Parts: sequence; structure tokens; C-alpha cells
Amino acid sequence: MCEKQNVACDCGLRKFEKVCRILDKYDRSPSKLVPILQEVQHEYRYLPEQVQAFIATSLGLSPARVFGVASFYANFALEPKGKYVIHICDGTACHVKGSERIKEALHKQLGLDDKKTTTGDMLFTVEAVSCLGACGLAPVMTINDEVHGQVTPAKAVELVNGIREREQAE
Amino acid sequence: MIQQKMDMEATGQAYRQARQAVRRRVIVCAGTGCVANGSLKVYEALRQETEARGLDVVVKLGDDCGCKSDVFLSKSGCQGFCQAGPLVTIEPEDWLYVHVKPEDVADIVEQTLIHDRPVKRLVYVDPASHEAFEQTHEIPFYKRQQRVVLGECGNIDPEDIREYIARGGYAAAKRAFTEMQPEQVCEEVLASGLRGRGGGGFPTGRKWALTLPEPGEKKFVICNGDEGDPGAFMDRSLMEGNPHRVLEGIMIAARAIGADEAYVYVRAEYPLAVQRIRKAVADAEEAGILGEDVFDSGRNMTCHVMEGAGAFVCGEETALMASIEGLRGMPRPKPPFPAQSGLWGKPTVINNVETLATVPLIIAEGSGHYRRLGTAGSPGTKTFAVTGHVANTGLIEVPFGTTLREIIFEIGGGVIDHLGQVMPDGFKAVQIGGPSGGCLTAEHLDMPLDFDSVKKIGAMVGSGGLVVMNRDTCMVKIAHFFMRFTQNESCGKCVPCREGTKQMLWLLEDIMEGRATAETLELLEELASAVQLGSLCGLGKTAPNPVLSTLRYFRSEYEAHIVQKRCPAGQCKALAMPEILADRCKGCGACLRKCPVNAIAGEKKMPHRIDAGTCIKCGTCAQVCRFDAIVGVN
Amino acid sequence: MNNGDMVNVDGRDIRIEGERNLLELIRKAHIELPTFCYHSDLSVYGACRLCIVDIDGMGVVTSCSTPPKAGMVVRTNTAPLRQMRRMYLELLLANHHQGCATCVKSDRCKLQELAVRMGVTEVRFQTKLEAKPLDTSNPSLVRDPNKCILCGDCVRACEEIQGVGAIDFAYRGAATTVAPAFGKTLSEVACVYCGLCASVCPTGAITPRPQIDRVWQALSDERKTVVVQIAPAVRVALGEMFGLEAGVVTTGKMVAALKMLGFDKVFDTSFAADLTVLEETTEFLGRKTRGERLPQFTSCCPAWVKYAEQFCPELLPNLSSCRSPQQMFGSLAKATLPDTLGIEREDLFVVSIMPCTAKKFEAQRPEFQAGGHPDVDAVLTTQEFGRMIKQAGIQFNQLTPESLDLPLGFKTGAGVIFGVTGGVSEAVLRFAYEKLTGVKLDSADFAEVRGPQGVRIRQIKLGDVELKLAIVHGLKNARAVAEDVRAGKADYDFVEVMACPGGCIAGAGQPVSFEQDTRHRRTQGLYDTDKTLQLHASQENPYLAQCYSSTLDGIGGHRAHELLHTGYRSRKRVMDEGFSVLDPSGARALEINVCVGTGCYLRGSQRLLQQLVNYVKDQGLERTVDVRATFCFEACDKGPNVKIGEVVMHRCSFEMVRAELDKQLRQVAA
Repeated sequence: MCEKQNVACDCGLRKFEKVCRILDKYDRSPSKLVPILQEVQHEYRYLPEQVQAFIATSLGLSPARVFGVASFYANFALEPKGKYVIHICDGTACHVKGSERIKEALHKQLGLDDKKTTTGDMLFTVEAVSCLGACGLAPVMTINDEVHGQVTPAKAVELVNGIREREQAE
Repeated sequence: MIQQKMDMEATGQAYRQARQAVRRRVIVCAGTGCVANGSLKVYEALRQETEARGLDVVVKLGDDCGCKSDVFLSKSGCQGFCQAGPLVTIEPEDWLYVHVKPEDVADIVEQTLIHDRPVKRLVYVDPASHEAFEQTHEIPFYKRQQRVVLGECGNIDPEDIREYIARGGYAAAKRAFTEMQPEQVCEEVLASGLRGRGGGGFPTGRKWALTLPEPGEKKFVICNGDEGDPGAFMDRSLMEGNPHRVLEGIMIAARAIGADEAYVYVRAEYPLAVQRIRKAVADAEEAGILGEDVFDSGRNMTCHVMEGAGAFVCGEETALMASIEGLRGMPRPKPPFPAQSGLWGKPTVINNVETLATVPLIIAEGSGHYRRLGTAGSPGTKTFAVTGHVANTGLIEVPFGTTLREIIFEIGGGVIDHLGQVMPDGFKAVQIGGPSGGCLTAEHLDMPLDFDSVKKIGAMVGSGGLVVMNRDTCMVKIAHFFMRFTQNESCGKCVPCREGTKQMLWLLEDIMEGRATAETLELLEELASAVQLGSLCGLGKTAPNPVLSTLRYFRSEYEAHIVQKRCPAGQCKALAMPEILADRCKGCGACLRKCPVNAIAGEKKMPHRIDAGTCIKCGTCAQVCRFDAIVGVN
Repeated sequence: MNNGDMVNVDGRDIRIEGERNLLELIRKAHIELPTFCYHSDLSVYGACRLCIVDIDGMGVVTSCSTPPKAGMVVRTNTAPLRQMRRMYLELLLANHHQGCATCVKSDRCKLQELAVRMGVTEVRFQTKLEAKPLDTSNPSLVRDPNKCILCGDCVRACEEIQGVGAIDFAYRGAATTVAPAFGKTLSEVACVYCGLCASVCPTGAITPRPQIDRVWQALSDERKTVVVQIAPAVRVALGEMFGLEAGVVTTGKMVAALKMLGFDKVFDTSFAADLTVLEETTEFLGRKTRGERLPQFTSCCPAWVKYAEQFCPELLPNLSSCRSPQQMFGSLAKATLPDTLGIEREDLFVVSIMPCTAKKFEAQRPEFQAGGHPDVDAVLTTQEFGRMIKQAGIQFNQLTPESLDLPLGFKTGAGVIFGVTGGVSEAVLRFAYEKLTGVKLDSADFAEVRGPQGVRIRQIKLGDVELKLAIVHGLKNARAVAEDVRAGKADYDFVEVMACPGGCIAGAGQPVSFEQDTRHRRTQGLYDTDKTLQLHASQENPYLAQCYSSTLDGIGGHRAHELLHTGYRSRKRVMDEGFSVLDPSGARALEINVCVGTGCYLRGSQRLLQQLVNYVKDQGLERTVDVRATFCFEACDKGPNVKIGEVVMHRCSFEMVRAELDKQLRQVAA
């Protein structure tokens, strides 16, 4: 996952050390599995199999148990996600105000669907999520942690295009 | 380690003095809604502009500076009126500016901060009456409310423990720990009649009193902040806007049952709430309010904050505990109840955020004072998240016994259409209590809302989501929406919920897509009742409620889908039957040109027609028609 | 009027006598409530919702999760309850691959049975199944997720009884599945193939992997001489497939049936068990007198052996080096029978009939092959044997018993009780008593080692020698005993381990039984057989003495060692690649794996890793060397463990690693 091809760098080691530090922070206690996975995911942006197996071994749990927990909760990603994760709120308020159409517009724009959620260039992931708790602004979507309220399909597409242009400029 | 404890008395005194030395306070709402609308930019602009204009501004009150300042610029949690954000409040005048943009800041500084005048163009104007309101408490949205629990959310700095203390915070916890026995705390809360705000409405005092006598040194309090109800955000607002109040409630609960350790379980979708609660805990620890020998009572108290990982079912208490224990969030059968065997097998009390935030009030002011509001069976106030097709969306707090009519038409400003225009006769229904609740209709508009009245008609108050639906809403589609939600969020453990909700969803799809027969409805009802009666946990037991309650009040709508293959609201695409009303059609040809399949024909200036066989029900024609002549498709 | 400790069940008062839940209490009223997920050996799960009852004042609750309380008024059979049960079965069927006619579990499927019992005659719901692939990765078990009803019995059995956790729930809601970690196959994870999952599975979602076709093929191959060995536990269970009670001994009929099927010789694994007793006891007493490593763990159970290799590698030296009876039989048969029968070795086909699924794996282990031919060519479970009899149309119950062939069909009672927990210990004690005291045993029983408890610690005096035994079944229990041994908290001399609760009589290859007393009846059947045999101690088996003198060079002899003993190796729990610590790019000549498992971590492997990475970078070796973090070499007591190329090093310091690395790099360069 290193940007600089063919030049060895130590990001693997840095991440691995981080995982060890996270495990130590929680005293390698199996009951802290959820926060451990959360922090590790923060580091890797998803939960690679080997890392889950490593966590299982370190906590004295079976890998199946760790996988069972990781696959249960919606916020754990088992596949790498795009650089920009777009969450479209599908809470009641957003739903009655047309969140579906926003999702459709983004799917069309990015060539995605309910099964394929990440673009081939790993730039965008689009997911519908349950209520983000900003119902007053319905419909709502978030791009990474940034909240956008009263979104229209056109505005959503505009936001995505803006990001893509910025990325291409860089 | 001996902790240097904060002298609460002195801290409060110093803060109040510092506050008095400031002429004016400007509060920018930094709740999630306002932030999303750019309130932080407004805050930054205010800071720069005031400084540029040479005003003496403070952003954090000093303890002892004694000097006078012109402006105290602070951020608050959610003020509830999200619709009108970003909000800026001016104290002491109680002026409220709505929809404030950074460009408005110069005016605010010039007119208000320098010349002591309200900025007229920024005050709230009622869209119906066109009346302007300068002061917050005059605005109809606020006027009818009793913001007892939410009150401080809008004007306290959630990140400054001193302000909370200066307003009398933590005094109730101190009282509970130093002047009251656990039994007395339980009794006081029991006497207040406080009922759990998470859904069931179980009396909080009784829950505590059941846990108190359980044997064992170790007990836990869990604050359930896993508010997953789509359409409710009161817990979020409380945790973001007044985290210390929640923390104080947790401490009192711990005192009541003899626990020394607490967990706050917050939804991961609420990063700001997580951050605020974490900071509150850290500040309380630093001040010696949490930690060893709390209030010199000889008792200890620690509090952990845990972030959820995205599972609605974790709002169910046994699933929540499983999640804290590092397991899949799957509920387990009760008994044993958490009171006997909860977190790690220890006696545990689990309360919802709003419940716990109410507790300090009861201890501080007494149960009698608390009972002055609300009804006999449901005392006090309840927060509701009013959303959907309503003019003023936002978070409100009213006494139990308030009617739906007051909430929707007076506070909420009435029902709106999909363009945001008020529809005077547009009310169709309200979904109360989210996916576990049911719908209330026009016949319930004047019913006083409380736990029992709502339950009686097959719905539940739940956490307090109120989604207003206008007459263009298809109730089958709404039932399908909730069913899809619970089906998605089912943990998959028990058969009725895992398999039953899936089949219910498919049956609803059959209805919406024209495949249903008379047996479909029969099977749906039989299945709904089997899921309701036999599911393992509350999620499954309440999952059929939206279907059952829409069936109860809108059966004819279901029948129209099934028998006539027609969606009365024109929302179900598969059943849509677009039709051009001859008396409205001007024959302009707009629809004819835009129709992607050439299904529309007609002479110029003559009413057009749609060929039903060719039409793909895409709805383009209805969108382009300027005369509202095309109906039956959305 | 209700008595103080009564529960009223459908109008009858039933006394509470310590039942953990209403379901058990209701059984005393002679009502068997339907259930998929309740097992008395496992924790209460409460998911299938079939055991619902209606209690006054409580409403509809599951009886499995409700403790009985005096005065309860319970109804088990109301119209709404019947309707709900039917509905839940209908829902399950809609989500179940209903290929019942071709399902191996068809005759013993609980889903089918309950659907019939509850009168489900149609499924009104939609079935939208996406076919999921079968897991046929291993010789022992087949997983068919399309038939899984998610009752979780297998998950809890694997975790709570075996402590393995090879499978667990994954995903959630309607997408929930039961699967090994990361959706891998059983062969890629720590599964020990005990098959407990298959024996608790109510449907055909996990079943023993059949080898019937291979055996039919061998039987119809004229060049092959097909011999068969029958494990002790088979004889007390096979009858269940033909309507006999559990525990009825059918040895003679089995011989007749096997002969009719075309087997040339029918022998008894109990003969090999007698042999095992002699070898294992000799090894044990040798360790004891020489003061060598104790306790000695038994090695007859292949699931336990694999478990120990994966989870307790540091205890492998404590494992008896004896092969299991199945494999002793196999190697002996292949070594002696060709001569006796006047055939070529490769024309001898050895079949075993076992109560066990792990035996299928054991027979395929590379240690148990000679010249490319396995010692045991095919392993049938009791179930498969029964099916072959049925396929041939043999009326089993009508058969006249016949005798086993000699010499490998002769056994003592000691070799028969091998099939039940405590049996191996008792057989060993019967021989050890004579060895230690020089006195012939008058009463053969050591009844104190018998019993159903999962862990039994017994002190037994044989003459002047006091022995401390631990008898365990269930691998989770075994793990606990092993941990005590490792921690020096236990001073056992001998530890008997059987993976299946109750021993081999309850193995996963046995006929499926959901009845409560099956285990007990089968156990009794074996003890009764012991009683009815003339000889009770292995050393009395006359054919053993003959075998030792003619083939094995005496007890502990060279040939005996070659044919009857084996060695063990530690195995990884998870098949994985580990992960590259230096970013992998380009082909590298040399791979260094540093173990970062818990044991090695505590011994400083992380620091070692860091030093190594720095060294590799300083030397500019990033393109030559791939430094990887890996999880476990299963030698945790000897950490930190590092593997450079093919060289595994224990108790590593950075200097050691550097020296080895430099050495190997020089070799690569040269």
C-alpha cells in the first residue's frame, strides 16, 4: 500500500508497531476486542485478514471469533475502502425527504451499485447508513467526517466532482 | 495517589464573577446540524471581526482576571431549531439570529455588539404569519416548549466543566453521595415517577431499587447512548450539548445501586458526542469529581466511554452488554435480567441518556417539583425529534400530555409539501417511536401524548422520534421502509426475527409491486403476529409494529395496492398509472418531447394522452409539466 | 392447590427437582418440546423459539431459558403456540435447501422430523436461495451451508466443549452464516475433525465425509483382498440404524454382514487396542521408573493429537509415542497379512469401521503411509457401514451371528472398553497392576476411573506405587489439564484424553441420536461386553504374545517401535502468510519470519523485529530480504522464534539472527 513503488519503506512496520501498541493499550484483553478493532481499523482503514488473525492470536481468541465480531458490526470494513467514504443517511427523516434519489445519482455518477460500493480507483466508497442523527437537516450525507445537510442529487454529484477535480489536480 | 480536588464552590463563584464582568455573550450553535450548515465559519468570522473592530473578546472565561470584557464568544450544543441554523444567540437580550452566514457577521458586530441593536434582517420570521420575533422565547417553536432537560444544551459551553458547576452542576450528585443513602436516592426517583426514555417506559426508580439489593461488591451502570432510531437525535444533542449533565446522572445512578464503575456506550455515528463525553469524563476526573473518594464520601467512581461499531440492535440492553464484552452484539434471553446478571455477570443498571440527564433535576429539586409537569402516569417532560414533512424540524421538549396538534401545528409550524410549502390540510400521519413504534393519524391529533395513551393505540413513545408525513406519503412504502430497516439490523439470532422480517419485507414488496393477492395480507398478518409474540428481543418483538399499525389505520391503502393494483399516493413506481388531466393540460408538448419512450401523443394546444402500454412510469412527464396536469406518477 | 415446589404443566403438577430450566422439567411430564438449539451439554441460546410455552402472568416465553419457579402455571400446547411453531418451521424451510430425498441426513434430520411432527404441509413463503459452495476440503467432514438453520449448536459445541472455535457465526441478520474464520475452509483452520459439530447438527449442514464408494470399488476389485477392522464403539451403536436400542451389542451380526458384503477377513480393532495397552503401559512405566517426563498423555484419539499439535505443542514430548489402535492395526496388517494370505502388499486393502470422523484424517497422515500406500486405505464411520448394509438390502436383524477372524480378531475386555471414557486408563491399570506387583489381578475392574464427569482425578495404588491419573473428555477440559501441567500445578502420572464427551461411543461417526440416554446405554453395552468376554486384561491375549514373538521383536522391540510408534510435530493454528513488515516489492532471495505471537512478544520479539528491520535497511538489503511478522511457530516456550529461509531458530537474540542471516546471504551470493 505504499505509494512509492519499488522503494522499500517502513510503513508496514510502523502500522504493525501501532497494532502492538493498541493491543498493549487495552492490556491484550479479549473483552476490549471492539475498541481494539476500531483503533486498528483507524490505522489500516479496514481490517486485513492477517491483522485480524494476529489480533486473535494476541488475545487468545479463535480467529473465527474475531472474524465473527468484525463481520457483525457495520462499521468494520473487511475490504479496503475508498479515500473518500460517502455515507448517505437513510434514516426516516432523510428517507421521506428523498435520500434514495441521492444515492441513485451518486451510483450513476460513480458507476457503483449496492454491491459494488467502492470505485475502481479507490477514491470513493458510497454507502447508505442508518440515521446519522442530523434529521433536522434531512437529507444528509457525510464525506469522511464532514456533514452535508439538505443535499439534493445535483449537489451531491457536484461535491463528488469537486473532489475528483481536486484529486486530479494534485 | 492523592488527588487535588477542585473546590466546586469556589470554582462556581469565580466563574460567575468572570461571567458578570462580560457585557455580552454571543453563542454560536455548534450542534451537528448547525455545524453542517457552516456555523463554525460564522464563529471564526465573529472572532476575527470583533477583534478587527477592536472589541475586547474572550473565548474562555478566566477564573480570576477581574477585568471587564465586551464580548464572550462561545459555542454551544444543539439548540434544537436545526431548521433555522446556523443559530447565533445574543445574551443577555436573548436575541436569536437565524440562518447566519459569515457575511452577516459584520452587521452583527456593528449593530448588536457596538450599537446594542438587534439585526432585524437576521431575526426569525414566521413563514405563515410573517411575524418577526427578536427574542428566542417568543418564537412559536420555543414558546410552547418546556425545555427542562434540554434547556442548558443551547447556551452552556459543553466543554467547560466550570460553567456547568457555576450553574449548580454536580450539586445533586454531591447530595446523593454525601447526604442521601442509596435507598433514598431510589425512593426519590421512584416518587418522581420518572420512566425510562429508551422505549419501554419502565419506572427508573424501580429498576434501581431492584438492582440495589443484589448481592456482590461489583455492580455497573451503563448509559445507553446507542440511539439508533432513525429519526431521533435527542441523546446525541444531550451528549453533545450538556455532557456533564449526563455524567452527573450516571453518578447518581451509580450511587443508587452501589456501583463504582460505569460505561457510556455511544453510537459511532456520533463522533462529536463521543469526543464531548470523553472530555467531560477527563475534566471530571481532573477535578476529582470522578475517581477515588468521590465528594469525600469514601466511595470511588470511574467511567469509561465506549464507541459502538454500527449495530442498531446494540440499543437492546443484553446486546449492548455483549458488545462491551467484546462479542457479537446478539441479545440473549432474559431472565436473567441485567439487574441480577448483567455486564460480566454482575448486577447492572442500564439507562438511556435522556433518562440519566433528567435524574440530576429530580435530586436537585425534589420529586414533587418534577411532577409539576406532565401527567400522573407519565410525569415530566419528553424530548421529541420532530422531522419529516413539517415546517420546523428540530428537537423539542414538551410536558407529557401535550397533544400532537400542538406539536405539529404550533411548535412544528404545520405540514409541508415536498417543496417546503405549508399544506394546510396536508396532514396524513405521524410515525412515533421509529421502527419499533407505529403511526398516529388525524384522529389522534388531540390525544394527550404519554406512555400509556400511545401504547393503547398500538404504538410506543420509544425514544421520541416523530416523523410527520403529508398526504402524498404511501403508508405501505413507509411500512416497507421500517421493515427494511429492522430486517437490515436484525442480529440474525432468532428465527422469527431473522427469517420473519425478511419474509415480511418480501410480502410488502409483493404488495408494492402488484404481485399480491388476498392471501398475501392474511399471511402478512399471521406472520407479523408470530414475529411479535415469539422473537427473542425487543427489536424483533416490535419489528412488526409499523406494519400492524399502518394496517390498522390505512388498510384501504393496502387493499388498493392489492385489489386495484393502484398506489393511492402515487409513490409505488410499479403501480404508477400516469394520467394527463384533460382540464389542466394546455397541450404545450413539454412532456411529449421529454418522454424517453414516446408514450405521449397529442395535438398542439390539445390535451395529450399517455399510452399505458408503452409508458415506463419514469415520472419525467410529471416533472416537466408546468400545469400539474400529470397525476398518478411520482 | 399448588404445592410449594410444583409447577403446573398442562394441568399436572410437576415437582421441581433442581432442573435448570422449564424444558427439562417439562420432560418429566413426558412432553418432549420441539427444539433445535437446546442441548443439555451446551449453554442456553434461545434462538429457535420452538420450545415456547405460555405461562400465566409471563406470556409466551422459551422454556429453555426460563428457570422453573414454584407455582408457575404453564401451557405447552395452545392453539397460538402450535401456530407459531408451525410458522417458525415454515420460515426455516423457506430458507433451507430442501433436497431432502438426496440428503444424507434425511432419515435423521430434525428439521424434517419436526416439520412432520408439527404438521407443516406447505411452505407459503418465498424461497430465494443463492447456492453457497460446499466445503469438502478435508477427509473428515462436509459442510453444506445451504442446509444450515443457524441454531448455533455446532458453534457452541466447538467452543464450549472442544475449546477450538474453528467455526463461528459471521455477518449478521439474514446474511448470517456459520463459517470458519474469513470464510476459509475447515482444512485451513484449527479444526481437529472431531465432528462434534456434525453430531449436534440437526440438519445435513455438517456431515461426516463418506468413503463408501471407495470401499465398494475395492470390494468389487478382484485383485484386492479387503480386510476390515471394527472399532469397539461400533458394536454398541450400529443396531440403532436398524431399530435396535442403543447399547445392544451386534458384533456377530456385523461380522455376518461384512462377510456378505464381500470382505475377506473381519478383524477387531480391540486386538490392536490390547496391543496399544502393552506398548503404552510399557512406555509409561518406563518413564515412571526412569523419572522421565510425566505425565504421559494418551494418543489414541486423533482429534486430541491434532489439538495438542496445534494448541499445546510444548506438551508433545508428553504424548505417548504409541500409534492409535487403528494405525497399529493398519501397520501390523500391512506388515503381516500379505505373507499370511499369500498376496502382494499393494493388493491388500485395509478398511476400518470407526465411530469417529477424525480417524479419516488420521489414516491420511503422511506418517502412516509406507511406500506411498496408506496403512489404512479407507475409513468408514458406523453410519456409512449401516448405509452399506442397507444398500445391499441385507436384513441385518435377521442375520445369524458369525465369528471374527483370527488372529487379529481376538481381543480381551480391556481392548473393548477403549471405546468409552476411562476405558484406556482402566485397561492400562489392569496391565500395570501385574507389572508393578507381579500378582495376577483377581478382580479386573477399576471402577473408580469410570463415570460421566468431564474431568476425573483419581489416585490409585498399585502395590507400593501410587499413581495419579486424570481422565478427561472434551478438549476444553483437556486444555485445562494441559495448562495445569504446563504451569507445574498438577503432578499427574497419566492423563487419558478423549475428544468426544463420553468417549468414542459418542463419536461423530456413530448413528445420529438426539435422545438423552444414548450415551449411557452405549457405555453400558461396552462394559457388559467386557464382562461377558473370558479375558479382561490385554496381557492375557494369547495372540498378542504370538504376534510379539513372530513379528515385533518383543515388547518395546525394534520392529515394534517401527510399526507401532510415531512422532508429532507442531502445527499452525491458522494458515496464513503473515505480513510483510518491510514493504514487499520485487522478488527477494530470502525470507525472514519473526514470530510475534503472544509468547514471543513477551520475550521481546517486537524489539528484535525492529532491530532486524534497521539492520536490513542499514545494509541496503531491502531488495534481497523480506522481513515478515508471522504469528506462531507453536514453540512459545522457546521464543522468540525466527525462521530464516528454512532454518528455524529458538530463543533468538539479534546477534544470533544477524549471524545466521549473514551466513545465508553469503551462501546465496556464492
